[in-house]
Amino acid sequence: MSKAGTNQRGEMPDPIIKVRDLWKVYQSGRVSVQALRGVNLDVPLGEFLSIVGPSGSGKSTLFHIVGGMTPPTSGEVWVGGRNLSDVGDGGRTELRRTTVGFVFQKFNLLPNLTARDNIRTALHISGQPTSVFSKDFLDILDLLGIAGRLDHKPSEMSGGEQQRVAIARALATRPAILLADEPTGNLDSANSLAVLKLMRDLNERLGQTILMITHNDEAAQYGHRIVHMRDGVIVESSLTAGH
Amino acid sequence: MIFRLVLENVRHRPVRTMLSVLLIAVPVTLILALIGLSNGFLEDSRKRSAGVGADILFKAPGGSLMTFSTGALPQKIVDVLMTEPHVVQATGTLVQPIGGFDSINGIDIEAFGKMSGGFVYAEGHGFQTPDDVLVDTWYAQQRKVHAGGKINLLNRDWNVAGIVEPGKLAHLFAPLSSMQDILGSTGKVSQVFLKLDDPKNADKVAAALKVKYADYGIWSISEMQALISVDSIPLLKNFINVILGIGVIIGFAVVSLSMYMAVLQRTREIGILKSMGATKSFIMSMIMAEAFCLGFGGTVAGILFSYASRTAMHAIAPASLPQAIVYAWWPIAGAVAMGAALLGAVYPGMMAVRQDPIEALAHE
Ligand SMILES: Nc1ncnc2c1ncn2[C@@H]1O[C@H](COP(=O)(O)OP(=O)(O)OP(=O)(O)O)[C@@H](O)[C@H]1O
Ligand SMILES: [Mg+2]
Repeated sequence: MSKAGTNQRGEMPDPIIKVRDLWKVYQSGRVSVQALRGVNLDVPLGEFLSIVGPSGSGKSTLFHIVGGMTPPTSGEVWVGGRNLSDVGDGGRTELRRTTVGFVFQKFNLLPNLTARDNIRTALHISGQPTSVFSKDFLDILDLLGIAGRLDHKPSEMSGGEQQRVAIARALATRPAILLADEPTGNLDSANSLAVLKLMRDLNERLGQTILMITHNDEAAQYGHRIVHMRDGVIVESSLTAGH
Repeated sequence: MIFRLVLENVRHRPVRTMLSVLLIAVPVTLILALIGLSNGFLEDSRKRSAGVGADILFKAPGGSLMTFSTGALPQKIVDVLMTEPHVVQATGTLVQPIGGFDSINGIDIEAFGKMSGGFVYAEGHGFQTPDDVLVDTWYAQQRKVHAGGKINLLNRDWNVAGIVEPGKLAHLFAPLSSMQDILGSTGKVSQVFLKLDDPKNADKVAAALKVKYADYGIWSISEMQALISVDSIPLLKNFINVILGIGVIIGFAVVSLSMYMAVLQRTREIGILKSMGATKSFIMSMIMAEAFCLGFGGTVAGILFSYASRTAMHAIAPASLPQAIVYAWWPIAGAVAMGAALLGAVYPGMMAVRQDPIEALAHE
């Protein structure tokens, strides 16, 4: 990115995510599925973006491409200055290691490890020290309210706690982008509310860029902006109240 | 951190881990027991041959060190050899294998006793009748006999006249003349032991005898000690190699299967690690580290089992097959087990590395 950072003329800086005419075609046997059919999207640094749309509309596929889990079929995808059409498997792995953090509907903690060791695994993979947590990260743990649960294994924690540990793990390496795919999908309303508020806090206090897929309209309102997808394209983009 | 991950994985499936470790331990135990038995046997042979007190061993033409051709020498040769320079004592024995690793030795107890320093009796006394035998304490323990008891050998009942401390030539002794009668080898012996005026002369005298008795088997005791080795037992080396090969195959198969299952069971976890940016080499080293743990556990268990097998051998056949614990073979057996384990993990590791992260995460 050539014009990243502050901008004296008040222009919008380069977006952290820039997607142009993105196609993704899955080939399963003779059948090909067009999961994405020409997506265009800009996400500025620090935005909290909600993505909604019916099942099968391509929301997760978009995340998987932006998060470097699978390559695009065609089109351009810039994430943190990297052109994902140009990088191979190794480049995508590096993107996952350094630039994005995933949070899933099913929490996806490593079941045999304690919360602390789940977090340390993420730090280890990204080549950061694992024995002590940084001051910044300790603040995040405080914010998430799981500092006292770190020595428990996932099976000993409630869904809400597991999801907060998953968020902590995703943020431990301080990635530029947090990709949350239906993070409240497996939570009751009280825990959902807590997680949504936490994400808003993380966005407001740390300027964390967050993309969140949700099926819930109320949840979507926590973002600055809501993007609607249907049949593999973005059909509508609207700011939420107050933005 | 990789280590913690591996440790928790290994701990989390205790049955799979235990089974793998036990199966890998089997060839390790086999290798160590086999090596232990051959070394124990050889060490025992060396001690017993040294215990005779002779400086030179003399056998019939074509005789080899570890095999016996019963009664191949005329007993008269004992007196002839006595006249050789430096030779101060000579005694012939007649050896008859009785199955397994044991043999019964017909001896001239007076001459043999003089050369070896005499038997030390734990029970009883020397030969008094032609039907008397002497057994050493190991053999007595194995056959549960005492002085005054009877023992059937070579289809004949013998009186156990005495029980002697081990370490002199053999475990079982009978009067030379009785043995010659039974075996129809009147006036014959299998081998002759020579004692010299000074042990330092052994090589010189042996060399001279080799010239004079060109085709005979002649060894100085130091030559003989050196020759009593794995190479002197026919096919033992091949057998050891076969067991090593089996070890590699078992270790490879066990770890292949075990890690293959582990990778399948942990598909989702591998997906999680990949979503966090784990590289191919990270995933591979994780699988390899786990295989290493299994191989290491199997090695340690195999070493422990080799002590158990020694105890078992000692209870079953204390005299014939003493099993030594050969430390030098621990790293070899360990290398075989761990090498095979690592090799076995290569394919499962590749499977894990190639896993598509999205599909892996969708795995239930
Ligand atoms: N690996 C794949 N192989 C084949 N087709 C796929 C694959 N992944 C997704 N698809 C298809 O792509 C389309 C978009 O799927 P995607 O998971 O992105 O939808 P979604 O919007 O996340 O839906 P949901 O709300 O149910 O999670 C669907 O038709 C889906 O069946
Ligand atoms: Mg989805």
